[in-house]
Amino acid sequence: MKARVHVMLKNGVLDPQGEAVRHALGAMGFDKVEGVRQGKVIDLDLAEGATEADVTEMCEKLLANTVIESYSIETL
Amino acid sequence: MKAAVLVFPGSNCDRDLAVAFEQAGFDVSMVWHKDSALPEGVDIVGVPGGFSYGDYLRCGAIAAQSPICQALAEHTNRGGYALGVCNGFQVLTETGILPGALLRNAGLKYICKTVDLKVATSDSVFTQGYNAGDVIGIPIAHHDGNYFADDATIAALHDQDRVAFTYGDNPNGSRDDIAGILSDNRRVLGMMPHPERAADDGHGGTDGTAMFRALAGMLAEA
Repeated sequence: MKARVHVMLKNGVLDPQGEAVRHALGAMGFDKVEGVRQGKVIDLDLAEGATEADVTEMCEKLLANTVIESYSIETL
Repeated sequence: MKAAVLVFPGSNCDRDLAVAFEQAGFDVSMVWHKDSALPEGVDIVGVPGGFSYGDYLRCGAIAAQSPICQALAEHTNRGGYALGVCNGFQVLTETGILPGALLRNAGLKYICKTVDLKVATSDSVFTQGYNAGDVIGIPIAHHDGNYFADDATIAALHDQDRVAFTYGDNPNGSRDDIAGILSDNRRVLGMMPHPERAADDGHGGTDGTAMFRALAGMLAEA
């Protein structure tokens, strides 16, 4: 199984990198961009028998810092 | 008194921290991240600055999962002392030993300069050598020092007098100018500024010396 984990800063946590990208897009003339949030995508190649619960545990323990980040899991 | 300084791949302030402890009178051992136990009888563990594991994933995240950090958590759970500086502070938040997290600096730039740091409480072994309200000059050198915690955590830190240091002129966007915090038992301090880089005449400032002297004084009595 393959899984894709999306990690994003939680709403309410300032994302200075996303803000910098938003400014750059605005400066390039893309004037309809109202907000940018930047996150991470982590692809996992998993052996037979791995479950989504395993991936959840990986997210909770390492892949995301749930103090500041939220995550979602997509199985591919 | 015995101090242990943890060494991760990518640590670069480990030796400076060890020298600051030594000059205050500690016996210091360096402990490799793959070790699963601290040396017998260690009073305080120093978690140094640097770029452990290349800051991959998040600063301090992979170091927090290393065998020695299990031993560190056991040490602090037993009431042992620990000081985490810069990347060491990030490791302490990633292990959950201290609350909150360090985000990318609000201005996105890596900042390396001496800053005015206000001593917010003198009620800890780390800060008792200062008076609350003192302003000291301590260098910062970080890209991810923007302290964040939720409203309830920030309120609890204030209510319990656990904010150890605040910035005079907030360089990185930290909530409430927070530069360093204490654990609930006041025996663990995490801070972004580097007291070990202001602990020798050759450093251009010695405002950090009082922290190491006070630690040595208290732990010698204990």
